[in-house]
Amino acid sequence: MSEHASTTVPDTDEQHTTDTATSESGTEIESENERTSERQSVVTTGAESVVAALRNVGVEDLFGVQGGAIMPVYDALYSTGSDLNHVTMAHEQGAAHAADAYGQVTGTPGVCMATSGPGATNLATGIADADMDSDPVIALTGQVPTNLVGNDAFQETDTVGVTRPITKANYFAGDSDTVGDVVGEAFMLAREGRPGPTLVDLPKDVTLGDTDTDPDTASLPEYHEITEEPDEKAVREAARVLADAEKPLILSGGGVIKGDASEALRRFAREYQIPVVTTMPGIGSFPEDHELSMEWAGMHGTGYANMAISHCDCLFAIGTRFDDRLTGGIETFAPDAEVIHADIDPAEISKNVHAEYPLIGDAARVIEQMHTEMACTPDANEWREQCVTWKEEYPMTYATPDDEPLKPQFVVEAMDEITPDDAIVTTGVGQHQMWAAQYWSFTEPNTWISSHGLGTMGYGLPAALGAKVAAPDREVVCFDGDGSFLMTVEELSVAVRENLDITVIVLNNEAIGMVRQWQDAFFGQRRMASEYPWIPDFAKLAEAFGAKGFTLRDYDDTADTLQAARAYDGPSVVDAYVDPAENVYPMVSSGGNNAQFALSEDQL
Amino acid sequence: MSQGLSGPRPEAREMPDGQRSKHGIRIDPQTGARHEPERTVISALVKHEPGVLSKVSGLVSRRQFNIESLTVGPTTNPESARITLVIEEPDPGVRQVKRQLKKLMPVISVRELGDDAIRRELVVLKVHGDEPDKVHAITQMYDGLTLDAGPRTITVEITGDEQKINDAIDAFQQFGIRELARTGQTALARGEEWTTHAEEERYERACTEPSSNDTEPNTDTK
Repeated sequence: MSEHASTTVPDTDEQHTTDTATSESGTEIESENERTSERQSVVTTGAESVVAALRNVGVEDLFGVQGGAIMPVYDALYSTGSDLNHVTMAHEQGAAHAADAYGQVTGTPGVCMATSGPGATNLATGIADADMDSDPVIALTGQVPTNLVGNDAFQETDTVGVTRPITKANYFAGDSDTVGDVVGEAFMLAREGRPGPTLVDLPKDVTLGDTDTDPDTASLPEYHEITEEPDEKAVREAARVLADAEKPLILSGGGVIKGDASEALRRFAREYQIPVVTTMPGIGSFPEDHELSMEWAGMHGTGYANMAISHCDCLFAIGTRFDDRLTGGIETFAPDAEVIHADIDPAEISKNVHAEYPLIGDAARVIEQMHTEMACTPDANEWREQCVTWKEEYPMTYATPDDEPLKPQFVVEAMDEITPDDAIVTTGVGQHQMWAAQYWSFTEPNTWISSHGLGTMGYGLPAALGAKVAAPDREVVCFDGDGSFLMTVEELSVAVRENLDITVIVLNNEAIGMVRQWQDAFFGQRRMASEYPWIPDFAKLAEAFGAKGFTLRDYDDTADTLQAARAYDGPSVVDAYVDPAENVYPMVSSGGNNAQFALSEDQL
Repeated sequence: MSQGLSGPRPEAREMPDGQRSKHGIRIDPQTGARHEPERTVISALVKHEPGVLSKVSGLVSRRQFNIESLTVGPTTNPESARITLVIEEPDPGVRQVKRQLKKLMPVISVRELGDDAIRRELVVLKVHGDEPDKVHAITQMYDGLTLDAGPRTITVEITGDEQKINDAIDAFQQFGIRELARTGQTALARGEEWTTHAEEERYERACTEPSSNDTEPNTDTK
């Protein structure tokens, strides 16, 4: 690992001219005290201004790692921010993922901090992840003093340049007097409209520099266009098309959850009896145990969801960007459907799938307006029956003979049975992620926290930490794979130190399982670099960190072991040895036709 | 293995009839859905700050838009600059460029210019100086300017629309062009039409409140 603490102390030689002491009113009547208190500023340095700006926007928790260039901000937190809870993470990537999950659970941007150079580049993966999933995050990075910027100074990276394509907006803060306002603006932008990550790069001389300018109330840039209201005429037309449809289908994306529109969606679908499929980020927006739910569609989505998508004649898609993992080949995606696409971001309209009826606006508003404009319930009895038939034809099940090794799906289901509905599930990326998404029955929004667009292995554990800090009263379960867990396992030390009561279940198949599955299917079983026979004993590893470790190998022990892990007050890790031969099905091959999902290897 | 899963095999399932094009547009079997690339001029009003050109060009390169030219320069407001972007893309691509540009934070306003827009480009080219009279004649034909005439090279400047520049370059070929530099197109909407809405709004604001200073908040990115 790189050295994060710089020994260089930058010169802070700017002698700010002291207050000119000319009061604005200039009246002699004011007492000396009043005048002093009027001029008294809350902040004295740029760093204090940064902290004041965070406090202004209601930040309570921060995730970060110390370092040379960010030290002034930490120092300001030390002196003035005892009410801000800083969680020191083991690695900056962990800080970014924790902030990401925190932002999703609370709905307000999670804050992560890192120093310049390696600190900032280590954040980049987490920032890119948040960008792909439109999660509200604000990253504060230290930077070398402005007089050294561009000179390849110690621990210097062009952070603004590096993060330009993976942030919604980023800033190089160049002035101690305005740095607080920049942080405020970055915060507002992260949450406004389509959420996303923003970054403020903070040169050390700017944060150390004197200022008596308190940050203003956080605001958006003047010219920034606020989300449009959905166009009434367009909504009316879309509602007519949906009401007339014989095979209507709702596709609920992550935007429904981010836009707090799950309730509106549920009312709408129930009233007009329209079946609902979700995208993977949209999991939880509609209860999966409801009869209208077809669960989620896409590469490893349910067979019935993919059949419904392929055969519908009107698709009401809300808050989705039609990712290729969802659509498969565009040519064969919902080929008979007229598409009504509601999205808060106009750039998403017709980007991947052409929308005959675009509705730009906030998800909850669009759904409400559609609700008002629907003339009748679509005449779609036959279609609903067909959907039920597909559910019966392609059920989500797996084989569990006792003599076989433990099936990962069984572990997921067993945990689901004993946890409350509002438990938060986080995952890494790989086969375990798919099994968690497939076999956990999600009924509430914001209970499924995963890395979708970027597919970041190692996301699960730090995300679980962030989720637990955001919602200490809710149960947090992290499903991880052995490969994924190893990538950020160091964050277990943080969970122990902060005594975060999370349960990690490692579905251990001694492989980068998803890669191995693809190698078996598409590369003639040439398992190059995908098998991990050298993984550690995760139960012992957990104990070494100070967490509670469990090992699980048998069906008979499953319920007891999972219950014991839950019951432990603090972080616990269940190392579940699962059948290494088990693969994820159904599966639509990459760029394939959704209706041609394979149910086993011989169908690929 | 997963013996619980059942239902018809992929090839035995009933398949829908329709199909979409690569742009996601449903293909009407009678007409098809084809989109030919067109040359389009897009004008963007942006904040005049470091990094804005990099943001715009990064967006264009990352999304693989087929860019013909990109010019940038300040406007009457010292805080904003105009970027003129010429792209050759089918319809859906043009819409994407506009929408994605609009999402960039320092971009204030974006507009696609119509065919009647005023477009100009400048070329500076250096030819061999063996036949100065003839070079001068061609320069005059294209309303150009001679910038430098030496014993061995002559450098001229031609301004005009893209076609005129292309023709002029063709005409100068006969003397042997040593090197040339083209600026790429810059453009404004014709007549009373405003090139971008932001400027129109600002102009009207300035007219109604003549005393107010016409500056935007500084977001501290210098």
